Amino acid sequence: MSNSELKVKVWRGTQEGAFVEYLVPRNPNQTVLDVVTFIQRKLDPTLSYRFACRVGMCGSCAMTVNGVARWTCRTHVSQIVEGDSLEIAPLNNLPVIKDLATDMREFFNKWKGAVGFFKGDATRHDDFARVEPESPERQLANAGIECIGCGVCYSSCEVVQSRPNYLGPAALNRAWTLTNDVRDVQQLDRLRAVAGDEGCHACHTQGSCTERCPKKLEPTASIAGLKKLVARAAVRGSKWGKL
Amino acid sequence: MGQVMSQAVMQAKLWYAQRISAMILGLCVSIHLVIIFYAIRGGLTAEEILGRTQGNIAFAIFYEIFVLACFVHAPIGLANILEETFSKRFISKALSSLLAVLIFILGTTAVIGVYTGGAL
Amino acid sequence: MSSRPKLDLRAKSHLSYFAYACHRFSGLLLACFIPLHFLMLSQSLRGASGFERYLGLTDFWVFKFGEWALVILLAIHLVGGIRLIMIEFGPWRGLRKAWTQVAILFGIACGLLFLYLAN
Repeated sequence: MSNSELKVKVWRGTQEGAFVEYLVPRNPNQTVLDVVTFIQRKLDPTLSYRFACRVGMCGSCAMTVNGVARWTCRTHVSQIVEGDSLEIAPLNNLPVIKDLATDMREFFNKWKGAVGFFKGDATRHDDFARVEPESPERQLANAGIECIGCGVCYSSCEVVQSRPNYLGPAALNRAWTLTNDVRDVQQLDRLRAVAGDEGCHACHTQGSCTERCPKKLEPTASIAGLKKLVARAAVRGSKWGKL
Repeated sequence: MGQVMSQAVMQAKLWYAQRISAMILGLCVSIHLVIIFYAIRGGLTAEEILGRTQGNIAFAIFYEIFVLACFVHAPIGLANILEETFSKRFISKALSSLLAVLIFILGTTAVIGVYTGGAL
Repeated sequence: MSSRPKLDLRAKSHLSYFAYACHRFSGLLLACFIPLHFLMLSQSLRGASGFERYLGLTDFWVFKFGEWALVILLAIHLVGGIRLIMIEFGPWRGLRKAWTQVAILFGIACGLLFLYLAN
C-alpha cells in the first residue's frame, strides 16, 4: 500500500540547526533530488542545496539520505524510503555552509595535499608519450581514474571523522592512479605526501568508501597499493629515491 | 620537513612491523588453537601442562617466538586505537609502551616458567 | 537547535565495517587479556603444585566463561586478520566478504568445540 505523501525531514541551518519536516506528494519514479527540488520550489524557497546535471554524471547532488551518502539524482525514493519517511542531511565530514550545501574546500585541498595532480616533463615539441594500455601500471591506474570528486567516499569514512587531517579515500585513490602514471615526475613528493599518520597508513580498511562509491571505484584497493609502496619505500627506498 | 618525514617513515615501519608480526601470529595462533583444544579435554591441570612443556625446547622456542610477535603486534594495534580515541599523543605512547613491556617481561617469564617447571 | 548530524550506525551497517569492528573489539580484549594470561602461566615457576594452586583460582564460572569467550575472540581475530592480510598484500579481489563469513563461522565452531571438549 503506498501512501500519497512522504514525510521528509531536511536539515536546515549550518553546523547548528534542526531537522524540519516537509510533506511531499509521492510519485512513481521519484528520486530524492526530485523531492528536494519540490520542497525548494513549492514549499520553502529558502532551502539551499546543490545539483547540476541531475543524470548521475557530475556528482554535485551528493547528500546524506537516511544516514547514507548517496547521489540524490540516482537514488529512487522507492529504494530507500522507510515507510513513508525520508531523512535528508548534508554530506558528513564536511563543514555545512547552509542546509544541504557543504564546503568542499578541505576535500579538494587534501586532493592537492596528496599530490593528486599530474605533472609531466614533456613539452609540445616532444613526441607523444608511449603508454602500453595493457601494462600492469596502466591497468591499475585505469581502475581508479573515473573518480569525479563527488565526496561520497570522503563523507562515508569514519577515519576522516576521527582524524580530521586524514587525506581521505578520494585523494589517496587519485594519488595511487598517478603513482601508476609512468609519465608523472613527482613520484617521490607524492610518496612523501601520502606517508605519515594522516596518509595511507591511517586507513583501517573499513571499506565504507568502496561500499558507497556511486561509480563502483575501490579506494580500498588503491590505498592498499599505497600502503605497500610507502612501507617498502620507508624500509628499502623506492625506485624514485629514499622517502 | 625532515622531522615530518622521519615521523612518516616511523609510521610506515610500524605498519609494516604490525603486518609482518600478524603473519607470524597467524601461524602461531593456528597452532596454539589446536594445542588449546587438545589440552582442555578432560580438564586442565598444572601437571598436564608442565608434562608437555617442561624440558621441551621446541615448545619453548615456539612460545618465545609467539611472545615476541605479540610484543610487536599488540602495542601497535593498541596505539592506533588510543590515538583515535584520545587527542593527547602521550596517552597512546605511554599505554602501548606499558603493554609492550608487560608482554615481553611476563611472556618471557611464562616461557621460562613452563620450560623449567620451577626447577631453575 | 542541535549539532549537525554525524556518521551513525546507518552509515556503518555493512559487512566490511562489521568485520573491522569485530577485529578491533576482539584485538582490544585480547590485548588486555594477554598480560594476565602470561602472569598466570609464569606461576609455573613455583613448580607443579604451586602452579596448580594458582590455576585453581580460575575455577570460578566467571573465568570459565571468560576463557570460552576469549577462544571465540581469538578465532575471529585470527580469520579477520587473515582477511586483512589478503586485502592488503594479496591480489585485489574486493572486500573479501566471504572471509568475514568464515570468521564468524570459525568463531562459532571454536566456541562449540571448546564447550564440547572442556569439562
